[in-house]
Amino acid sequence: MRSEVSVLVLNRLFIAIISLLIVSFAVFFATSMLPGDTASILLGQAATPEAVAGLRKAMHLDEPAILRFMGWLLGLMRGDLGISYANNMPVAQLIGGRLVATLELAAITTFVSVPLALLLGITSAMLRGTYYDRLVTVISIGVISVPEFMVATLAVLLFAVYLRWLPALSSTSEAHTLFDLMKIYAMPVITLTFVISAQMIRMTRAALIETLKTPYVEMALLKGASRSRMVFRHALPNALGPIVNAIALSLSYLVGGVIIVETIFNYPGIAKLMVDAVATRDLPLIQSCAMIFCLGYLLLITAADIIAILSNPRLR
Amino acid sequence: MITKSLAPRPSSLFGYNVSLVGVVAFAIILGWTIVALFAPYIVPYSVGDIVDTDYFGPISDQLWLGSDYLGRDMLSRVLMGARYTVGISLAAVALCCFCGVALGMIAAVIGGWFDTILSRFLDALNSIPSKLFGLVVVAAVGSSIPVLIITLAVIYTPGAYRFARALAVNINTMDFITVARTRGERVGYIIASEILPNIIRPVLADFGLRFVFVVLLLSGLSFLGLGLQPPYADWGALVRENIGGLPFAAPAVIVPSFAIASLTISVNLLIDNLPRRIRDRSA
Amino acid sequence: MTTNLVEIRNLKVEARTDSGRVIEIIKDVSFDIAKGEIIALIGESGSGKTTIALTLMGHAREGCRISGGKIDVDGRDMAALSESERAKVRGTTVAYIPQSAAAAFNPATKIIEQVIEVTRIHRLMPSEQARRRAIELFRALSLPNPETIGERYPHQVSGGQLQRLAAAMALIGEPKLVIFDEPTTALDVTTQIDVLKAFKSVIRAGDIAGVYVSHDLAVVAQIADRIAVLKGGEIQELAKTEAILTGPSHPYTRELLAAFEPKQAVRDSRTGGSIAPVLRIDSLVAGYGDLQPNGLPAVCAVQSVSLEVEKGRNLGIIGESGCGKSTLARAIAGILPAVSGTIGFNGSDMHRAAKSRTRDQLREMQIVFQYADTALNPAKSIADILERPLAFYHGMDRKAREARVDQLLDMVRLPRALRYRYPSELSGGQKQRVNFARALAAEPRLIICDEITSALDTVVAAAIIDLLKELQRELHLSYIFISHDLSVVEAICDEIVVMYGGKKVEQITRETANAPRHPYSQLLFGSVPKLDPTWLDNLVQDPELKREYGHG
Repeated sequence: MRSEVSVLVLNRLFIAIISLLIVSFAVFFATSMLPGDTASILLGQAATPEAVAGLRKAMHLDEPAILRFMGWLLGLMRGDLGISYANNMPVAQLIGGRLVATLELAAITTFVSVPLALLLGITSAMLRGTYYDRLVTVISIGVISVPEFMVATLAVLLFAVYLRWLPALSSTSEAHTLFDLMKIYAMPVITLTFVISAQMIRMTRAALIETLKTPYVEMALLKGASRSRMVFRHALPNALGPIVNAIALSLSYLVGGVIIVETIFNYPGIAKLMVDAVATRDLPLIQSCAMIFCLGYLLLITAADIIAILSNPRLR
Repeated sequence: MITKSLAPRPSSLFGYNVSLVGVVAFAIILGWTIVALFAPYIVPYSVGDIVDTDYFGPISDQLWLGSDYLGRDMLSRVLMGARYTVGISLAAVALCCFCGVALGMIAAVIGGWFDTILSRFLDALNSIPSKLFGLVVVAAVGSSIPVLIITLAVIYTPGAYRFARALAVNINTMDFITVARTRGERVGYIIASEILPNIIRPVLADFGLRFVFVVLLLSGLSFLGLGLQPPYADWGALVRENIGGLPFAAPAVIVPSFAIASLTISVNLLIDNLPRRIRDRSA
Repeated sequence: MTTNLVEIRNLKVEARTDSGRVIEIIKDVSFDIAKGEIIALIGESGSGKTTIALTLMGHAREGCRISGGKIDVDGRDMAALSESERAKVRGTTVAYIPQSAAAAFNPATKIIEQVIEVTRIHRLMPSEQARRRAIELFRALSLPNPETIGERYPHQVSGGQLQRLAAAMALIGEPKLVIFDEPTTALDVTTQIDVLKAFKSVIRAGDIAGVYVSHDLAVVAQIADRIAVLKGGEIQELAKTEAILTGPSHPYTRELLAAFEPKQAVRDSRTGGSIAPVLRIDSLVAGYGDLQPNGLPAVCAVQSVSLEVEKGRNLGIIGESGCGKSTLARAIAGILPAVSGTIGFNGSDMHRAAKSRTRDQLREMQIVFQYADTALNPAKSIADILERPLAFYHGMDRKAREARVDQLLDMVRLPRALRYRYPSELSGGQKQRVNFARALAAEPRLIICDEITSALDTVVAAAIIDLLKELQRELHLSYIFISHDLSVVEAICDEIVVMYGGKKVEQITRETANAPRHPYSQLLFGSVPKLDPTWLDNLVQDPELKREYGHG
């Protein structure tokens, strides 16, 4: 049986790698379609025909697309992310600190949202049909249905404008104490937590309700088990796989969420860097940032699928 | 004496279960569609006119939704914005669902390498986060309305395809398809006459769901400045241009968000509360 | 006066339909169960037997509730107790053995943990003692490897073993009353015998009272002291087993008994002249998976089977699950093309794959499937379903089609008004008739019936068999009738092919049906329960034979 599992998992990993290759090609292809001749844009005023031709040659812009793609891909794998057009610095240096900032934001959000979502999701499934459950369901559907910037603006309105508990903008340079730091992180984290938790709560609740309907849980009831025993000993262990799968999938929404949140709160993360890079048409920066995002997203989705495969008890 | 009580009973209409929530949701969606169609004829003020000397003005008798960052009437801007949000989203979803469902059914029935290659390709496409994809394409090709529609459609086609294909594969395993095949029926007949009528209901529900996704993505892109460009403004762009009013809690920044929310929540509610034919049978 | 263990008075159970209407599914049922007595609840699906059995634990399925009456179990009224008090009774006084043991076991936990769980919930005894008690029960129920079988997971154990493990799970709390909810319905006849014997011995040893729910009179006759016949939520008749079997008083009971022993048709005897067979198969090999180097498929489900069907006569194919009979049916129909062998139809050769056959060949051989739910397109009306083959095969125009649909509905004894309905509005028996009518619409010579009565109630199935016989006389059809149910096959077929492990084991004519020669046929025929309460106790089966052919 073990070999069956390994085959399925390896298969899934292989598909992930192929997807990554296709995605990188798509990113490269899309960005290299940016209008305007890159060389003349870069040279600006100094764009004489000879200078442009020389720069094009130096940047290998005349070579066929496939060769450029391979060169770029190999460079990525070596850690050479190119030079940013706008800032004339190695991209890797630019990204470094910002990537860390975004990862911090994602990590804090995960630590806050996952326990919250599990608690609300499991309890609302156990107390299905009660007012508590209906309230949780209505709020989570509401949050899922609205755009992230709406959650962000409402959070700002509530906490910064009306209650004045928190500052609206984040600037870590002004933080002097841990408390200050927390206040700065609070808004983006609150916004992201709302969005991610709502997804997780819906999926967790659905997974648990599904397991609670199974015949073996009914059998436990007919053996005289109490409600909590049915949930914790029988339903949850079998729902764990789908629930962890749901968590991984929901966390993949972070990739999209940070783009909005960093923009609206001016948070110095990699998403804001990329959005700014689009405005300045900074090719290497856009490509590298996009690849990092795609990599993270693929990692989470693949992890979710592999967990779903492993949690099938029949493969033991 | 009694075991646990039974679920509440819904009302009935012409032999169908209709719920109040579903009716209200439908009314809201219908309302916005009418607004989108007839916006130029119902706006109280012309969209570009500056009518208020004070910008970010509050709700008043003349300006039902206040004024925006330049002093223009928000109500008019929101009503016109409906055209773009609803129009672009509807076009994108129609395109994506048509392609996705057609390809999904064909892949399910034909199978073989067509199915494998198409599924792998569309799965790979799905591995690109939607906002990122939109961002990159728009940055590359610009954000004219046709480009937006096609990009949005391409992003969500894999999902529609996967869903329709799963449904069709399920139906394909049923004996009545085997009966049709052994009769000698052609692929076209099987898809149109045997499979499609059985999946149309869930496919319509998926259509609604995808519509919500598209509206949210379009609004997000416009909010980032990558969607509809001025002078046209959909609801997301309206939030973007009025974001300066946030510290003042101006209606101008909140109202477009609520417009989006009313549309998306109504569609979600309608999907969950579609009328169901009563069969008068117990569990 | 002996006090009864269970006294049910005026039990009423309500259910809510999706239109909001409340209907009574159990209407004023009363009966008693004495200590150590086994009472059977017998009836067709929808008669309410499982619902009544579950009320003995104070439980009602989703959407239902106990609305009236008293359910006294060991002195306590289950209907009046609170949920936590009921939980105390479940597992200790009353225990439940479910219909599908495979679904009732948690796939993620070891079997032994689930078997002793009752002792943990109610704190009856320490774990070690519970384990030893469980292993004793495994031994008493004749399970293989009693010491180690508990360490396995549910999916690693066969269906018959799981059913007995579920019995152990119920008995470990030493209950006074055990509810058997159709426990052998999903099992093969040969496995069913072992399970029934195991149940009987344990019940006798512990002097346990029981409620045995089933639709199979013969099975119930082996194990029950009294039988209650149910229909539409009411008890039609309640009497001792012998009384019901020998002289039933209620007309519905008589109908049930009659359906159990279907009359065998009178056949004209063949005078011996050779008549060209309508179908001839030679050395057919079929299976699943890729072709191996030796030319056989990876899973070889049909291994070199040859048979013949004569015009106007019927061939039955019988065997247990996994013997290859359904694969054979599909190979003959061309749905699953055979890899080698020849098929001769109506005197000429026929391609193994349906795709390569002529339209007439496809038309003249029709196949009818087991589950009418999946065999009829739910999005089409009955008229549409029946008209399509008419248009496709015969090119009929509108008026002709409408008239013919009326004829077809008459032929299968359905009201003409049914043409406007949809499959979901029809009953199981009606759907199967429409299924059959669709096959008739093609005007075939041979109809392959793949377990068409297996999903139906006994009474309904008997009516379908009668219909098949009448149609054969009228239209000169031939049938290949595939089933696992021997009585049904005997009622309609002139010759019977017995299959095991993909091979044809024996071909039996009606004359030799009482004395099959091959050991497997003997085992199979001998395992079918008869309407004789002493049959099981007197049954002697060669253990060597069982080991060789059994599924465990």
